[in-house]
Amino acid sequence: MSPLAQYFPIAVLVLFAIVVAVFLIGLDHFLGPRQPNPTKLEPYECGILGVGTARQRFKVGFYIVALLFLLFDVETVFLYTWVVLFMPLGLIGFVEVALFLFVLAVGLYYAWRKGALEWE
Amino acid sequence: MEDFLRQNIVLVSTLAKAIVVPIAIMNVVPFMVLLERRGSAFIQDRRGPERASIFGIRMFGLWHTIADAMKFITKEKVVPAGAHPVFFYMAPALLLIPAIGAFAGVPFAADVTIAGETIPLQVARLDAGILYAFGVASLGVLGIALAGWASNNKFSLLGSLRSASQMLSYEVSMGLTIMGVLLIYQSLRPEVIVQAQAGPIWKWGIFVQPVGAVLFLVVGFAEANRLPFDLPEGDSELVAGYHTEYSGMKFAIFFMSEYMSMVTISAMVTTLFLGGWQIPFVTTERLHGWFGTDVAGQALTALCQVTSFAAKVGSLLWLFVWVRWTQARFRFDQLMKLGWRTMLPLALLNLIVTAAVMLVIWKDDPRFGLGFTG
Repeated sequence: MSPLAQYFPIAVLVLFAIVVAVFLIGLDHFLGPRQPNPTKLEPYECGILGVGTARQRFKVGFYIVALLFLLFDVETVFLYTWVVLFMPLGLIGFVEVALFLFVLAVGLYYAWRKGALEWE
Repeated sequence: MEDFLRQNIVLVSTLAKAIVVPIAIMNVVPFMVLLERRGSAFIQDRRGPERASIFGIRMFGLWHTIADAMKFITKEKVVPAGAHPVFFYMAPALLLIPAIGAFAGVPFAADVTIAGETIPLQVARLDAGILYAFGVASLGVLGIALAGWASNNKFSLLGSLRSASQMLSYEVSMGLTIMGVLLIYQSLRPEVIVQAQAGPIWKWGIFVQPVGAVLFLVVGFAEANRLPFDLPEGDSELVAGYHTEYSGMKFAIFFMSEYMSMVTISAMVTTLFLGGWQIPFVTTERLHGWFGTDVAGQALTALCQVTSFAAKVGSLLWLFVWVRWTQARFRFDQLMKLGWRTMLPLALLNLIVTAAVMLVIWKDDPRFGLGFTG
């Protein structure tokens, strides 16, 4: 099968998934009562009046996690190609990847020491 | 009509698989909800939902689940005033589509041969089926992040931020833990990995990669946002997390997606570590020897293997329920600490130790070390 033809079932599946999602959300939209009033439409804050908007600045730690994820996940993607060719690449491949993983581990250690993994 | 079916058996079976399999996974959800309710009642030594009866038939409490579905559809829809008009509706769909799609690479029985055509019993046979499954499964985080932001609710925003950073953190470990198995079986194709686990039970991935299997199971729990990692919707602190403002069917979609991602994770664990559809000690050839290789024999073989697959996935789903009702939730800092400081170093160590051991085992293999020229 050609490389693209093998994705044909995926296309059918995703199309089906989109139809299901649109159908369910559409069904939800048209059925059921609808009696809105200003109090009911307020954001839920455990019964207290909300202060300000929810779209505001948040803890920087979440950005650091995203940054670390990007670094480590991209490096993981490199490893997949080595893993499936482990046998033909042999010892040379192993040594190279061991060095690569060492650099990765040093990076993790650095992030750790710098306090990027801390959540107080 | 019959001629058309005979001539286009590959096309027809492909279309049938691409529609039937997602419907089957979606129908696991009500049974899983039932299993969760009855299981929690069993663990806490109390009565579960069993009282609802229609004409005296109780169906083990399944009516409750059906009543839930009716309630979801007919409930009043509340869209909070500050919610984003488009993204608020888009977020559930963005979560549901990957949840349905991620299962596509998983094989659930050996190939069947009908009228000279080999039909694989998996939705799509891809060159890198494992990568596809993990890639699509990780798209779900977009829906969660969008849901929290679109709701204009602080609980939702916090829940979605927590969820996103949790899923991202554990995804790194997830990618690394499966590499040990991929290295041993030298393939990214799920059907090849399952085939390599044929025969005796000790050929299963869990016996050749015990550390990897445990790590992957833990990471799977975190990726599915299940207890003890269900911080995104930690109800004692965040009300309901990212879906606080959702009601009716849109809430049900979040709920369904969570259960469907559990099914997908269980299927991945089964494929990589528990031999997929393989029945221990009974290979496909032996089943064919018993039942014959005509259409009926192949159907019986496939039925046995699908049952084996379903039994393994069902046991793992029960494990999800079991853990949920016996373990306490982590704190968020403990969760991140576990992900980055324990799971990630262990996954790296597992990979390098596996590679070193395989280096020793394979060093006399004629294919070893030939590079791309051999």
